[in-house]
Amino acid sequence: MTTVFTITLTLLCVAGVLTLVRLLRGPSTLDRIVAVDVFIILIVAGAAVYVAVYRDGANITLLAAVALLGFVGTATAARLAERREGHR
Amino acid sequence: MSAVGTVVSSVLLLGGAALCLLGALGLLRFPDVLSRLQAATKPQTLGLLLILLGTMMRLDFEDAATLMLVALFQVITAPVISQLVGRSAYRAGVLRRDVLVVDHLGSRLSENGTDSTDGADGAGPPPQR
Repeated sequence: MTTVFTITLTLLCVAGVLTLVRLLRGPSTLDRIVAVDVFIILIVAGAAVYVAVYRDGANITLLAAVALLGFVGTATAARLAERREGHR
Repeated sequence: MSAVGTVVSSVLLLGGAALCLLGALGLLRFPDVLSRLQAATKPQTLGLLLILLGTMMRLDFEDAATLMLVALFQVITAPVISQLVGRSAYRAGVLRRDVLVVDHLGSRLSENGTDSTDGADGAGPPPQR
């Protein structure tokens, strides 16, 4: 089981690095917003694996909070980016 | 926990992580905002759902129910984000026309003349920045 967790977390880390590359390269603000959203999802997934490793239900609230904040943040940023990109 | 449960949980966790990696790869390789948006839905829905399912199998009922709430919330919000970002990309004009196969919104807009999806913003003077 430890091997499974190690492989899972490694895959998630590689995915996080690839997402960060897209976040840095852009080119438009909307690309970065999509990358940030995927990165937040990867954080939630990593925290879920942590919960699975330690079988500790105390951190599940954290998962819900991060997922909710990610949604609100991304939706707001997408609305704002539309105006900014439109007047470029 | 039974051996079968452990195996199923492991497969779910690994499958979810693999989907997350594939989505991130697509995010890096695809040419424009809309196709990247499509790649981003892999981690957003199925990848995260598989990982949450694999985690649920290792927890007791109350914790699994709360995780189910997270999964439900994710399934509800992912299309909203995709729609918002996609519409923003279209209206801001940052998408690449040469890789676009079909454009239903464009023909709708040319019929109506103006963009009437919501008319409050976009018509004012450009902001100073």
